Amino acid sequence: MSAIVRSRTRTVIPGFGLTLGYTLLYLSLLVLIPLAGVFVHAAGLGAEGYWHVVSSPRVLAALKLSFGAALAGAAINAVFGPLIAWVFVRYEFPGKRFFDAVIDLPFALPTAVAGIALTALYAGNGWIGQYLEPLGIKVAYTPLGIIIACTFIGLPFVVRTVQPVLQDAEKELEEAAASLGANRWQTVTRVILPTVLPAALTGFALAFARAVGEYGSVIFIAGNLPMVSEIAPLLIIIKLEEFDYAGATAVASAMLILSFALLLVINGLQAWARRRHAHVR
Amino acid sequence: MEIKVRGIHKAFGSFPALGGVDLDIASGELVALLGPSGSGKTTLLRVIAGLEFPDRGAIVFGEEDMAGRPIRERRVGFVFQHYALFKHMTVLDNVAFGLRVRERRERPPEALIRERARELLELVQLGGLDQRYPAQLSGGQRQRVALARALAIEPRVLLLDEPFGALDAKVRKDLRRWLRQLHDKTGVTTIFVTHDQEEALELADRVVVMNRGRIEQVGTTDEVYEQPATPFVFDFLGNTNVLPGEVRGREVYVDGQDTPIVTASLHGSGPVDVYVRPGDLRVTEPGAPGFDAVIRSTQRTGPILRCEAVTASGQAIEIEVPHLHYDTQTLRPQQHVRLRLNQFSVFPRQTRNRDGTLPDVVPNAPAEYRARGRA
Repeated sequence: MSAIVRSRTRTVIPGFGLTLGYTLLYLSLLVLIPLAGVFVHAAGLGAEGYWHVVSSPRVLAALKLSFGAALAGAAINAVFGPLIAWVFVRYEFPGKRFFDAVIDLPFALPTAVAGIALTALYAGNGWIGQYLEPLGIKVAYTPLGIIIACTFIGLPFVVRTVQPVLQDAEKELEEAAASLGANRWQTVTRVILPTVLPAALTGFALAFARAVGEYGSVIFIAGNLPMVSEIAPLLIIIKLEEFDYAGATAVASAMLILSFALLLVINGLQAWARRRHAHVR
Repeated sequence: MEIKVRGIHKAFGSFPALGGVDLDIASGELVALLGPSGSGKTTLLRVIAGLEFPDRGAIVFGEEDMAGRPIRERRVGFVFQHYALFKHMTVLDNVAFGLRVRERRERPPEALIRERARELLELVQLGGLDQRYPAQLSGGQRQRVALARALAIEPRVLLLDEPFGALDAKVRKDLRRWLRQLHDKTGVTTIFVTHDQEEALELADRVVVMNRGRIEQVGTTDEVYEQPATPFVFDFLGNTNVLPGEVRGREVYVDGQDTPIVTASLHGSGPVDVYVRPGDLRVTEPGAPGFDAVIRSTQRTGPILRCEAVTASGQAIEIEVPHLHYDTQTLRPQQHVRLRLNQFSVFPRQTRNRDGTLPDVVPNAPAEYRARGRA
């Protein structure tokens, strides 16, 4: 009897127990336990205290700003990222490799450097800011600046997830659409976009996740006025500096829960989009 | 729709893919473009479709010159080797695509589009699968969806690029027969590309044999098989033995023998190559017209006995006989036999390796072209 059971669970790929064990250990040590710590610490406040911290106007404003700006940035990237990926995949032009490498810069650049550079550009006397200011558009030290920073750091995520999918989508699909009488616009909207949609959603989720937690590049351009341009991660730091550990973890746990819920929604969307072309080929 | 191809030249960089191609295709004909990789057959098909534009020459549909018009305006049905189905659409939506993208005033009402798509799916024997996604179909089914999708726009000509290339042998055979029936039913002028001579010969009304960007011969199956115009055509259409021969006066001698195999040759005197298929060699009595050979080895493959032999002049040859044939008694290793030639072609002697052996891939072809050749 036991022999039968054994032979049934045998697989060609060895080491299931070992690798799963490691996976769980790593996940626990690096992700689950620290996160649980956040909740445990926050729980020290009690339900009422927790609610008091989280529902205070300043915290609410910061959370709204952080999530709003991150979503806006990710949405902008979800539109223009595929466009950039398209250009890199479909066309040949001088300097293509150079620009392709530039896309990854937001990955590699220390975030503080990016923040200072963006601030210098968009400040009232900066290269770009000096032309926007007379038009009544203030970028630096406003929520708009935060959105720009979020867009900047999220861009490579979308481009890099969409690029391979576009590469795989055979040129033949476009040729087939053209042979059936579709014009360029119809080919793009009915054939190409639906093909890259799942990848664009993945990129969107990654860009969003990155932007929500972004600190370095945002705080310089944000100006950090409470209730106006103060992001949630900064608020956490402020609370830490005031030795209000419970308050800091309360804000952190609120961010965690919100992020998790949003990522779940995005994952659901992805699953829906992917189910439509279930398998490759 | 009648199609005329006139003086088409097309180069990819420095590689001449098509070097002056002329071809006439009658309305309702089923034509095969046959050739090895890099022969230009796919390029010719894509030029006719409007997926590539020729450097020079004209493509005429009926009376209209199409050479400068994009594929969208040509109304051609194109079927790709790897189907190129839209994966995010159901089978029905795939077939309906060509009708739905029409301009509003030419577009039939939605109900009619659906009905038409269902009819086409019936026609390709996929009725009832209209709500499936391409990923849920087998390869043969996908190719039939692709065909229905191409037929939906009522194409003036149907173009198929290696349509069965990605399918396994059994499915390929079924689909081949089925495509022939479908063509007889719909009567759409059809051109398909293949590198499989059996497929071309079985399916097509006429076969266009291509090599190195040129047409070697155009003809019916019987014509190209029995009266090959060039050594290349002979070689490409099946296994080939090439024997040295000589024309003296009006007589053709093979392999240094002194009994002529032909006594009324039209060739000028001089050295020639005698092309004969392994299946056209039979054992005969000593001294009869033919040549001598020593059997080296024999091998039974299914219903056929295949022998390797060496002629008196040292040329290695192959012989094939049905295994129940009375010759099989004689065909034993080390046996000396006299062979006669049932059917053969005589061509002036050529330096071999120019057209005689087939390059797998043309050496200076650009990468994109080569990748397509392999696919």
